[in-house]
Amino acid sequence: MTPALPIPEPLPGGDAAPGAGAPAGGVSRRGFLGYVMAASTLVAAADLGLSSPAAAMIPSGPQIPELYDLGDAQTDAARPTANLITIRITENGEAEFALPRSEVGQGITTSTAMIIAEELDLPVDKVHVTLAPARPELAFNQLTGGSNTTVSTYTPIRVAAAIAKQALLEAAAIQLGSVVALLVSKAGVISAPDGSSITYGELAPIAASPVTRPVGIVLKDSSEFTVVGKPQNRVDAHDIVTGKKRFAMDLDIPDALPTMVCRPPTLNGTAKSVRNTLTVQAMPGVTDVAIIPTGVAVRAKTFGQCIDAIRALDVAWNPGTVEGQDDASVLANLRKAELPLLVPNVPLLAKQVNASFEFMFKSSAALEPYCAIADVRGDRAEIWAGLKVPIVAQVEVAKAVDLLQTQVKVNVITGGGSFGHKLFPDHAVEAARASKAFGKPVKLMWHRADEPRQGRMHPMATSRIRATYLGGQVLTFEQRHTSVSTDFTHGFGEMISSLGAQLPTGLGNLGYAELIFTLTQELPYHFGLITQTLTETDQRFKTGSMRNIYSPDVATANELVVDMLAAKMGKDPLAFRLSTLKDARTKAVLKKVAEVGKWGRPMPAGMAQGIAIHKEYKGSTACLVEIDCRPETVNRPIRDGVGGPRVTKAVIAIDAGLVINPRGLEAQMMGGFADGLAMALTGSVHLKEGHFLEASWDNYFYTRQWNIPPDFTAIAMPSNGEQPGGAGEAGVACSVAAVACAYARATGRVPKRFPINHDDPISFEVKPFIPPVPQSPTDGLDWTF
Amino acid sequence: MSQHTFIVNGTSVTVDVEDDVRLLWVLRDVLKLTGPKYGCGINVCKACTSHFNGKAFNPCAVRVADIGPDDEITTIEGLADTAPGDLHPMQEAWLEHDVAQCGYCQPGQIMAAVALVNKAHAQNREITEADLDEIRNVCRCGTYSRIREAIKAGAANM
Ligand code: FES
Ligand code: FES
Repeated sequence: MTPALPIPEPLPGGDAAPGAGAPAGGVSRRGFLGYVMAASTLVAAADLGLSSPAAAMIPSGPQIPELYDLGDAQTDAARPTANLITIRITENGEAEFALPRSEVGQGITTSTAMIIAEELDLPVDKVHVTLAPARPELAFNQLTGGSNTTVSTYTPIRVAAAIAKQALLEAAAIQLGSVVALLVSKAGVISAPDGSSITYGELAPIAASPVTRPVGIVLKDSSEFTVVGKPQNRVDAHDIVTGKKRFAMDLDIPDALPTMVCRPPTLNGTAKSVRNTLTVQAMPGVTDVAIIPTGVAVRAKTFGQCIDAIRALDVAWNPGTVEGQDDASVLANLRKAELPLLVPNVPLLAKQVNASFEFMFKSSAALEPYCAIADVRGDRAEIWAGLKVPIVAQVEVAKAVDLLQTQVKVNVITGGGSFGHKLFPDHAVEAARASKAFGKPVKLMWHRADEPRQGRMHPMATSRIRATYLGGQVLTFEQRHTSVSTDFTHGFGEMISSLGAQLPTGLGNLGYAELIFTLTQELPYHFGLITQTLTETDQRFKTGSMRNIYSPDVATANELVVDMLAAKMGKDPLAFRLSTLKDARTKAVLKKVAEVGKWGRPMPAGMAQGIAIHKEYKGSTACLVEIDCRPETVNRPIRDGVGGPRVTKAVIAIDAGLVINPRGLEAQMMGGFADGLAMALTGSVHLKEGHFLEASWDNYFYTRQWNIPPDFTAIAMPSNGEQPGGAGEAGVACSVAAVACAYARATGRVPKRFPINHDDPISFEVKPFIPPVPQSPTDGLDWTF
Repeated sequence: MSQHTFIVNGTSVTVDVEDDVRLLWVLRDVLKLTGPKYGCGINVCKACTSHFNGKAFNPCAVRVADIGPDDEITTIEGLADTAPGDLHPMQEAWLEHDVAQCGYCQPGQIMAAVALVNKAHAQNREITEADLDEIRNVCRCGTYSRIREAIKAGAANM
């Protein structure tokens, strides 16, 4: 949807050469149009679509109406300020901003506060960033995903902040009897040459405007930045370390009692009937029991009593979607869908490298399990939850409880991690259904066991590659990626509409998945003719975009083949990459990790280095690791966990374009590496007899302290250019690829299946499926330390 | 239902709740102390780690009836009061190293770290890499390396 805004005229004083890289909606490189809004205090605004690089790719019309219909559009067209984001200056001189994105740990409230502080000349701690509730008029501009937050919001937020500062300066000039050009703003105070001064707080009501008026503004030059680009600690750190930070589960909404769901014993099963409703309803603390589409919901005074009730329920179940299936049968199904590799048209003497890899199902669950509070009444509903696409949640909740979208209020709460999991409103919809069934507010939480067993999965996939080479040159590189269908019905990026992916033909999803694959995959080597295709099949699973979607699997396959090609040609993996990479930025990060990680240093037998790159999200990453695959390390005893090969050192570097917060960026690299490590070595679920076996962190082996490299370095390369790149997912793909490459070099065997421990004997006792959740132990005091 | 009395963060409290309700739910759902987090309910993830008479424990695995009137429970909310200054040195170290990401696991991480360092110091030794390897707290955001650095720094001031 095109914002109904006047076309800006070029501003006097804009310093960029006419036409030189003028951004969409902008006037020159740094000249933009925004607003001072009618309000009793100073409120500055900018259009959220300003310079959003994806705006040009929004498909027009057909998908949008169901999310946001013609009537809504007409209403908003009459209100030219509907898509605005606003920064408000309070009477105590602080700035307030409601970010239409979701904070789930990636640090965007911190980086956003920095961007505002920069343009406003305010200390970062005087900028308060909250999360906006669902704003349907923003349509696809309220989706947190694809590591796109800073990429898409950087310019509009700067424009609004710069307009606020200009209005403050103009008001100060009158108050101090001076002129704007002579005033100096610093830390929320504006001073005149005669020494007189006035604070933002004093100016806020004076600078307020009785009418909304458009204002032209020229942004600061990046060479003047004093906040952006400097390491900044998280703005919520103090609340976190004192236990004050609130997640959905911590909110105290009146009468929203703990609620959980007794889930079916097989994947996606449903409840037929409950044989002992009255008995369970009479249990201590229990208030309500009802069948909902995903199982049997119970509400009680404490979550502990919900667990007791779930365990006592006697339910007749309908079968699920994959009865009797296991990893092997799903894989066989994938194999049938694989497209053949072509016999390339290359000279007869050319040689081939053929490889085929398998990537097992993985759980994208965060440490905070799915949790949502819902209060559904006759004519309205209110939701509180960690949600990355709150507008879709609003639509889905409305549908689930027979209300209009406008009758549903969706509050976005900071999430305890997401990794793609909170793109979907599963928890919000389930809570709304339970609340409607009980006629009471609920605080619905998933048990940990529910997450890997019934939660969203990263789909199983295969990746086959055929490369040809001759005389030291790669002539062709062909990749056929085949995957269990990835659910994109949450709407992905500003490019994909949610309802478009639910087209009744059933073809919609396939098309979007391929579109996303095409838009994200890039093999940045001079490898002659490169073709990469995606085929998706099998819609029986609940899947989703786990952090970095296709890239970790695709990059692992690619980088292993790059090493195989280098070996065939007798070249060093680093030298081969440096000689075939196309762009300077990727080469620079690769050189950086090679230098810091001392590529090529001698290693004992059973240990090796691995190196890999990835290019995506307008940036480049590289990773070097050292792995220890010696038996004494692999077989080290770990209680209720897995050891296996140990990565002893990791160095990861990123060029993310313009860096807002190098400390936050390095933190994302560390987290991305931890994910990559699990994807390569330990983290997967096993499908057997129609259900996943894993039920907790002692079954599902996400990276733990005993797995992480004792020697870890993350490097944020200095800012490169004027455009910020993505961070949240950027570190994953090169990490998993580097670990895989190191493992292959240490063991002399190129692994075919990931994670590499997937085929080891199941090392844990499988928890029962009926009842679906384990009872909490009572021996906690025997384990104190 | 029966009454249970114990000390939480220095104050004696009495709750009216069934004997077998695990302490985590008494803290969170009844007393509204939400610092200790739920991540598994089976003593695996350690997100709920708090202190029982000064030692780390997991309230998701303890019945409220097994806590006596003189037992002192300390949650993350009460940690700062156990040391001089505004914050406990481990909390300071966490801020210094900007450890947290989403923050969900961090109250449990800090409570476990304090207990681990106290245990090492009681044995007249410093914390080792092997000690750090044994920490069982899950951090799904993968902040493990910063946690290790912060524990070493915090230990130096304890
Ligand atoms: S919730 Fe207590 S250990 Fe996981
Ligand atoms: S900071 Fe998110 S789980 Fe540890």
